[in-house]
Amino acid sequence: MNKKFLLSAVSCLTAGFINSVAANEFEVRGNIELQGRFFIEDPSFPSQEDYYLSAAAAPEFFWSWNDGNDSFEFVPSARVDQHDDERTHMDIRELSWVHVGDDWESRIGVRRVFWGVTEFQHLVDIINQSDSVEDIDNEDKLGQPMVNFSLVRDWGIVDFFVLPYFRERTFAGPEGRPGLPIINADTAYYESDDEEEHLDWAIRWAHSIGDYEVALSWFEGTSREPILIQSPLQNTVPELVPYYQQISQLGFELQGNIEDMLWKLEVIHNDNPLEDYWAMQGGFEYSMYGIMESNADLGWLVEYGWDERGDDGGSNFQNDLFVGTRLALNDVDSTELLAGLSYDLDYESSSFLIEASRRFGDSLKVSLDMRLFSADEPQDPVYLFRNDDHIQLTAQYYY
Amino acid sequence: MKLLKTKILTLSSALVLSGSLFTTPILAGEAEDRGMQISREAKNRDLGWTDSQAKMEMLLKNQHGETSTRQMRIKSMEQENDGDKSLTIFDSPNDVKGTAFLSFSHPTANDEQWLYLPALKRVKRISSRNKSGSFMGSEFSFEDLTSFEIEKYDYKYVKDEVVNGEDCFVVEQFPKDKYSGYKRRIVWIDKSEYRTQKIDFYDRKNSLLKTLTFSDFNKYVDKHWRASKLEMNNHQSGKSTVLTWQDYQFKQGLDEKDFNKNALKRAR
Repeated sequence: MNKKFLLSAVSCLTAGFINSVAANEFEVRGNIELQGRFFIEDPSFPSQEDYYLSAAAAPEFFWSWNDGNDSFEFVPSARVDQHDDERTHMDIRELSWVHVGDDWESRIGVRRVFWGVTEFQHLVDIINQSDSVEDIDNEDKLGQPMVNFSLVRDWGIVDFFVLPYFRERTFAGPEGRPGLPIINADTAYYESDDEEEHLDWAIRWAHSIGDYEVALSWFEGTSREPILIQSPLQNTVPELVPYYQQISQLGFELQGNIEDMLWKLEVIHNDNPLEDYWAMQGGFEYSMYGIMESNADLGWLVEYGWDERGDDGGSNFQNDLFVGTRLALNDVDSTELLAGLSYDLDYESSSFLIEASRRFGDSLKVSLDMRLFSADEPQDPVYLFRNDDHIQLTAQYYY
Repeated sequence: MKLLKTKILTLSSALVLSGSLFTTPILAGEAEDRGMQISREAKNRDLGWTDSQAKMEMLLKNQHGETSTRQMRIKSMEQENDGDKSLTIFDSPNDVKGTAFLSFSHPTANDEQWLYLPALKRVKRISSRNKSGSFMGSEFSFEDLTSFEIEKYDYKYVKDEVVNGEDCFVVEQFPKDKYSGYKRRIVWIDKSEYRTQKIDFYDRKNSLLKTLTFSDFNKYVDKHWRASKLEMNNHQSGKSTVLTWQDYQFKQGLDEKDFNKNALKRAR
């Protein structure tokens, strides 16, 4: 009798242990990447090269327990570049603990957060700093230390952020291309005496109302966008250095899915010591499904970017038109082709991008990108990249 | 040989179908009512599943016989007086691992759909008008995978017929949505349990586009029948997709917090 009881107790305990182990999950995934950049024209600066090879890795470690209500994530990332010492860099993209309550979540640690609805420029997106050495499109972001508290209500999701440490933008070094060797980002200058330790904060409300997505946000702290100023040091060679102001930024996002069109709008008001301004990015997306009696989808994107500061202000997209198209074959290898053109209506300059990608087998993805710049006006920021037309071949292995 | 046989069978059943349409006069309104009653009964018999979770594998095969698989997990929750909510998390191919898809379907209002792109940490509201677009490169379109709601179709009972060894009602369903990729679908619902056994999909030009066959049915929590295998054959392109369901779990206590945009962002 006792023996039987003991046996069943042991089997219960074992079952309980196995169950709790099953509930505690550990997972590793990620990718490694090889990339080659081939520049078509001679460089604008003598320190630059024509061919660049680089390798990168970004493993993701993930633990979860307490029925998935607690989780911990660690994502380091690193790249080694053949020539550019600034592009050879490491970062912690994520190192955070997330706890999920009934109608709230706390997220503490280093994280990445995206805000916005448009495709060609992300005006409202302000929590993370851009990792500009990865790519000049600023889509790659550095990890941001934060305490984020998120509330889910019937009237939307409200996120509170306290951001205790600032990350400087990365810039290509003298050998980097595309890049501007006259920028020296080794030392950054700040408006605040607290420098990178200034305590920033932000709040955002986001809600889905029928066919619309709406969000309002407020950010108070160090501008993620630096102003490039003449170095205060008495150098023999003139240098530009990044200067970070204190700003308040109001952000508004709206997306309306009306019939088969997606209308998108982002508006910001930036309040800073130098020059307050409004800026907007808006447009539409239209997709056709199963074109020419195939599985392929074809999408069209048109956006317009405007900045109150005009053509001598700090924005590259002060009066710019964007047109893009995306073809997804929906085949076994997920073949995709994306083409985008941005045209500056003030300077009549343009930059053109083609991205083609497909999968080989289960885990290998290969992308072939081409970027072309065309600019004649020396005051135009794109002018600095006028000789940087290039082809980029990337092979990524995912696991 | 087998293929040829199925082809002949489909052809003959198509002939029988058109024959019966012309020879048996059915009173106006009667066939419509009966078609809706059968479809409503099928929906009603499955009510009360509350929530479910399962793993799904898609085997894609193109006209040259090349194959590729996609794996995902799907959580769903029944809503009172509304369409279902569902969260799909992709596990393979590896480059889309962690991508997640949140969908709220509604009987009459537009469905709401969001996609989470883990590389960009971005939640994107996507167009629910993408009914006819391919789901993950498969022969299933988005509308084939959304929950069935009575209000989304007009109906017509056609006849009785034996399919998969089951005596079935044959009902025509006409999508009301102008963005649907189909003019009509013909659905075989078995008389014994009101399970969907087979669906023929007709494109906007009214030619037979795809056939979906359900098999390996299991009954869960004494009531809810689910097919473990769904095979979709595209007659126009020669491509096919076999969908296999595994590890079905019902009534595990999923609630609203598992189906909001925060849940979408942390889906793994």
